[in-house]
Amino acid sequence: MNETYDLRVGESHIEVHKFHGGTILLSLLIAVVLQSFLPVYIAKAGMLDLPLLITIYFGLSRRNPSTGLLLGTIIGLLQDSLSKTPLGLFGIAKTIIGYLASSIGARLDTEHPAARFALTGAFFVLHQGIVILIQKLLLAQPQPWFTMRLLVACLVNATLGVFLYYLLDRFRKS
Amino acid sequence: MAGLPSRHRSLFLLLGVVLLQVLLLAVQIKRDSQGRLLRVWTVSAVSPVERSGAWGVGKVRDAWRHYFALSDTARQNEQLRRENGELKLEIMQLQGKSAEADRLAALLNFKQKQNKVPMVVARVIGSSADPNSNVLYIDQGQRDGIRKNMGVITPEGVVGKVMEAYRDASQVLVVTDRDSGVGAMIADSRIQSPVGGTGEPLLNMKYVGNDDEVAVGSRVVTSGMDRIFPKDLPVGVITQVKQGGQYKQIRVKPSANLEKLEEVIVLLTTDPVVLKQEPPPAESSSTAPAKVPSGSATQPTSAANATKPSDKRP
Repeated sequence: MNETYDLRVGESHIEVHKFHGGTILLSLLIAVVLQSFLPVYIAKAGMLDLPLLITIYFGLSRRNPSTGLLLGTIIGLLQDSLSKTPLGLFGIAKTIIGYLASSIGARLDTEHPAARFALTGAFFVLHQGIVILIQKLLLAQPQPWFTMRLLVACLVNATLGVFLYYLLDRFRKS
Repeated sequence: MAGLPSRHRSLFLLLGVVLLQVLLLAVQIKRDSQGRLLRVWTVSAVSPVERSGAWGVGKVRDAWRHYFALSDTARQNEQLRRENGELKLEIMQLQGKSAEADRLAALLNFKQKQNKVPMVVARVIGSSADPNSNVLYIDQGQRDGIRKNMGVITPEGVVGKVMEAYRDASQVLVVTDRDSGVGAMIADSRIQSPVGGTGEPLLNMKYVGNDDEVAVGSRVVTSGMDRIFPKDLPVGVITQVKQGGQYKQIRVKPSANLEKLEEVIVLLTTDPVVLKQEPPPAESSSTAPAKVPSGSATQPTSAANATKPSDKRP
């Protein structure tokens, strides 16, 4: 089996990355556990959305929309299970993000840290937008569209994402 | 799906998965169920990891405190010796005061009476995976007698209530959560009003009329009307009062340090608990209720074991 292969979009060659066995599953579980565990000891860690970062990274790397959206669904539902939110709130949001990340990853080269920072920030805002939209439309739970906390969280997550993605790059099959 | 062009296949999959989850949401809202089975599986899978993590963090912290953070121990030791001498002198002075002795005797009496309240100490092992909600997971569950809607407190004050009890873990809705509420009243004036969370560190006291006199710094205690918390447990201190449209806008700082919770006490009953009140001395009447759980917290497990809720119920 090829470890990496090229998607040819127009003139550009975009590499599809594969990972060592269990990397995706392990990353997913660690992200969900840490998301629930860290804020007990570091209150500000509640600002992080590690499951989202994992969804974005593997979406951008694998570049397969079906895989991306299914990974987003699983991680979102797991996050819902560990929250008080109804099952599906984060599931839907992360499904869409997984799909979009994979689709964009298949068209753009997203290896540069600046591109990753911008994309993560954009996906974070979009994810929050979808969550708030679902809360407003389906759950009748009005939420503010914009808060300073959201802006700070967006920057923090985008910054962390750049370093986290660099770390996860180590687990790619070369 | 097989007949679809491959570029559209993933789009249809996306629509299908999203639609399924929208239906899942709709079913939960309609039936007021929360997909308990999936949650039980996830919590059962994650809570042992979190429990181990909490244990590991505790060990690392202990090791750090006992071995590595001793670089300036000699200096601290000298300082502590000096402080120790001063404290010994102070203790001797305190021991001579009969008023203090009376107070300690009253406290001791109070502690013994609260031992009858069933309660259990639990360790906080996790929090919500949703950054927008304030939920905790504790390492005690149904096997320890915890049930839904039981009150959760610390010696400093109210923490929240049990939202869901699993076999070996429970989910606690913290008072600062948007969906949280506590029956409360202002300690001095006895004005009753629910206190709710705002999703931020401060609480909101909702229905106090503009004509009522409310002072910043007043203590807010539980009213017992919610039938979850016993009366007169500290909830917080009023930090801001503004005139509103119909009601005052009152912000309350929680008494319990909710951002650094590591251990909590669960009141093992959903029946109204009446804590026996001592007739306190005039100057300390406002602080006596604050000691309620602290007395029990010293031996909460034995207290809990003494009277489990199952013993009380038919």
